[in-house]
Amino acid sequence: MSILHTVNKSPFERNALESCLKFANSGDPVLVFEDGVYAVLKGTSAAGQVKAALDNKPVYVLAPDLKARGFSEDRLIEGVKVVDYAGFVDLAAENDKVQAWL
Amino acid sequence: MSEIVKKFLYLNRKAPYGTIYAWESLEVVLIGAAFDQEVRLMFLDDGVYQLTTGQDTTGVGMKNFSPTYRTLGDYEVKNIYVDKDSLASRGLTPDDLVQIAWEDWETEEEVENIVEVVDAARVSELMEESDVIFSF
Repeated sequence: MSILHTVNKSPFERNALESCLKFANSGDPVLVFEDGVYAVLKGTSAAGQVKAALDNKPVYVLAPDLKARGFSEDRLIEGVKVVDYAGFVDLAAENDKVQAWL
Repeated sequence: MSEIVKKFLYLNRKAPYGTIYAWESLEVVLIGAAFDQEVRLMFLDDGVYQLTTGQDTTGVGMKNFSPTYRTLGDYEVKNIYVDKDSLASRGLTPDDLVQIAWEDWETEEEVENIVEVVDAARVSELMEESDVIFSF
């Protein structure tokens, strides 16, 4: 059973990302969107957690939310994959469940 | 025009788009500036994300209000501060932020960029010396 985990809160304001990464199983995908996209940028105090997560789970970021906030893909932590809205839907469909870390 | 000029500090701590705070703050700032008060803006914590350059909201169907920050000088907003530690912990530098110019229409003196990066002690000082703090 696979679970898609989504995080839409800034890691500097809430512990949604931290809890998500604590409980998500190895291999389960994590998608960050809305203010969650700040978590996957290089050089932040949250980058360490994301790099560690990438060792055993795929991490995705929703492109339109990244763009809205003024960041290009070259600012992403290496290994983070970019998806559009259709990619978000695919991830939701491919996995058995979705857990939204609000 | 009122004779008493108060120092208004707008303390912005939220990222844009995820919540309505940033947009609402900007609206109130523009209203406050129209009443000839001394307006100061502080960007702290996730609030620093409000000033990033290159915001493009076409893909999310929301209004991109970031160009408005660059016009704040035209509304006689002369004091804009960004907390240094908030930038550092987010891997940002002043180069990632918009530049806001200000021109004194009486003397024609022009300041290219009024955005000032300040340390924590200065943030506290600015809060202390303001008459009113608006929290967003």
